[in-house]
Amino acid sequence: MSGAKRGGIEVLSGNDMCVEGALAAGLSFFAGYPITPSSEIAESLSSILPRRGGCFVQMEDEIASLGAAIGASLTGRKSMTATSGPGYSLMQEHIGYAAMAEVPVVIINVMRGGPSTGLPTKAGQADVMQAAWGSHGDYRTAALCPSSVKECFETTVKAFEWAERFRIPVTVLPDEIIAHMRENVDTRCIAEAKPFDRLKPGKPPEEYEPYSYEISKEGAAIADFGRGYRFHVTGLAHDATGFPTNDPEEISRCNWRIIEKVEIARSAFTWTEKFMLEDAEILVFAYGSVARTAKDAVLRLRAAGIRAGLYRPVTIWPFPASEAREVFREARKVLVPELNAGQMAGEIEKYLTRGCDVEKINRLDGEIITPVQIMEAAKALHGRKKAQSSD
Amino acid sequence: MSVVNVRLAGTGGQGLILAGLILAEAAARSHGKNVVQTNSYGPEARGGASKSDVIISDEVIYNPKPETIDVLLVLSQAACDKYCGELSPGGAVVFDSSGVVPPPGLKAMGADVTGIAVRELSNEIVANVVALGVLAGAFGLVSAEAVESAVLARVPAKAKDLNLKAVRRGIEEGRRIRSEMEKK
Amino acid sequence: MAGRRLSPAIDIEKYLRKRNLPHIWCAGCGNGIVLGALLRAIARSGFRQDDVAMVSGIGCSSRLPGYVDFNTLHTTHGRAIAFATGIKLGRPDMHVIVVSGDGDATAIGGNHFIHACRRNIGITAIIVNNYIYGMTGGQVSPTTPKGSRATTAPFGNAERPFDICLLAAAAGANFAARTTAFHADKLEDLIFKGLGRKGFSVIEAITPCPTCFGRRNQNPTGVDLMNLIREQSCGIEPGGKSEAPAGIRLGVFADRDEKEFTEIYAEMAAGAGR
Repeated sequence: MSGAKRGGIEVLSGNDMCVEGALAAGLSFFAGYPITPSSEIAESLSSILPRRGGCFVQMEDEIASLGAAIGASLTGRKSMTATSGPGYSLMQEHIGYAAMAEVPVVIINVMRGGPSTGLPTKAGQADVMQAAWGSHGDYRTAALCPSSVKECFETTVKAFEWAERFRIPVTVLPDEIIAHMRENVDTRCIAEAKPFDRLKPGKPPEEYEPYSYEISKEGAAIADFGRGYRFHVTGLAHDATGFPTNDPEEISRCNWRIIEKVEIARSAFTWTEKFMLEDAEILVFAYGSVARTAKDAVLRLRAAGIRAGLYRPVTIWPFPASEAREVFREARKVLVPELNAGQMAGEIEKYLTRGCDVEKINRLDGEIITPVQIMEAAKALHGRKKAQSSD
Repeated sequence: MSVVNVRLAGTGGQGLILAGLILAEAAARSHGKNVVQTNSYGPEARGGASKSDVIISDEVIYNPKPETIDVLLVLSQAACDKYCGELSPGGAVVFDSSGVVPPPGLKAMGADVTGIAVRELSNEIVANVVALGVLAGAFGLVSAEAVESAVLARVPAKAKDLNLKAVRRGIEEGRRIRSEMEKK
Repeated sequence: MAGRRLSPAIDIEKYLRKRNLPHIWCAGCGNGIVLGALLRAIARSGFRQDDVAMVSGIGCSSRLPGYVDFNTLHTTHGRAIAFATGIKLGRPDMHVIVVSGDGDATAIGGNHFIHACRRNIGITAIIVNNYIYGMTGGQVSPTTPKGSRATTAPFGNAERPFDICLLAAAAGANFAARTTAFHADKLEDLIFKGLGRKGFSVIEAITPCPTCFGRRNQNPTGVDLMNLIREQSCGIEPGGKSEAPAGIRLGVFADRDEKEFTEIYAEMAAGAGR
């Protein structure tokens, strides 16, 4: 159980602070299924939620867990589930449903090694593409990658704000190292968090259409079930009223809306860290636990006379495209360490300019990429630059 | 030292992960240190290998996984064999003298962890708390008051006396092995 | 068959979303009869429309909530009960009704179905059993009788069917009953009874699907299938035709009043201390 006492310095895990973040954001419904390494979140909430007028239920599988969370969300409750790799795969069906039906919900996926059962107790970062594209069809969603225990709190609070504001499923993706590691946290952040409550329709029930809102950065209102607004929700392509449609124009509007409402607010999602980037000749792109060892490596490289810098996305989806284009414009040497076979490295290639030299460091053994690994790769990359420029 | 990397290693079920957490809590709460604690364990709930790493630092800690170990505590031969090679230059190993034999050539100190728990306190379950006391007493990683209050904050009311005895006896044992080491 | 006629005085039109009519169901389909029985049962129960949530999965019968003016949720294939569980836990005061087909509830959604029975959560599940996957064109389902033909059982179904009511009863539902679209008044009564139960209630309605089931099994029209259903129906009550082994066994398979899940949850939460 989370040991946070609110106010002092506590030694807490990433999973503990995901729980605290959810509660601070106003969580009142959790449905989940046990899976390592996320189970502590369910265990904590099974004890906390009933005592706060909230609801915890352990469902029969992860598909049901997210289904129940979406159902509860429609009654106006801030709802969440938590899982890991195999469970996240099962949830993809309902992530697509939440995207299509535009129901707010938060998913915490603690990334372990995969594929399949893979490495239940060890770390991976191989679900980052799944977080964007895991469900069938085309839709946009948001995903956050915390790098510290405190950031588990902050990203979870933010996930709820985005889910509630934009009526989308949002995933928080701590990797196993971040979820299980404990570090000192100043728990005053818990009391200081500002929960965001979903926008309510400004129209009476007889005029209400759940899917006719104007797309804007402010998000969209949604009515609750059981409060006089008797509307229809479906995963079928639907018109503004929510009822299924076969009209190509309406279908197109429905499908574009769930994409455009996120695209239009892209800048609102941008959350990144730039560490010693100004004069960097080696740019390291890293996120999650690996960003920590990357930072360590950057400092040690600088001490050794190599000007390295770190660009770290906290929000990985929607990808911070316009900022990344700026950051990568001048980059000539980019290093991408990841606990996968190069998923985000593939993504950032879209933003690199011609002639940029990219080196990937990939680990699939469940262990972290060490500062030494990053430093060695950086040194090799640095040397290669010199060799080329002397040609 | 501005950074100390500590590893507590043994067999699953010995409570070393909790001991590592208490050490981190003592360092953070009482001494205002930055700490990172990580674990690794096998699929077994009991048995199997288990380790808990604690980084205690005055600086911000980026890398959560220690690259070398300054203080290694081992409660099983398997853990001793596995981790002694990761000691930093000048690093020390504390081994449970009832049953663990360290390799030669190391700064090694035998502490009677299991013996104290079983014979003096009649409860093997507090061996982890004895071990925690030993680390505090031998290396001054945290003060006696800090580790005692951190232990008390983590144990149920009815077990407070036993655990306080265990940690105090551990600190005493830690101080003993320290002075023995210094005599050498 | 003795008994009342359909409740003629009940106005069910007020429950219909007329803009969405006509419905998509074939001539001879039993879904309309189930819809009528369900709406009359809701009317008799005195529920306010705002307090009713109707949830469905995927399939012909799962289109039903789109035609009725309640809080309606058309979900993914097999998962209606999971979504409904969230609604009931989120708003225990609402009347939550699930409409699901045989494939939806007992194949892809079988796990959710038995666990809802086990939890005994306050949901009324109407399982419309037409022995076939209708919407996808007539594939074999978990309730297709052995030997019957389907597009994926061209030589006759080699598998044994589920008995949905026995399954529900064994898994712990408070109420499980079966009748048919032919016995429309009985269907209304059983749904009414199920809606009155606090725990999980299952009402299985055997319905004709002439398009996908009947055409391949020597009963090409709705009338043929209705006659077949009538002929094969037998009761399970003492004195009924329960000896008929090949028949459709109708009656109440579970009838108990064990405490409902959200009530138990509320008590547990109160005991845990706020």
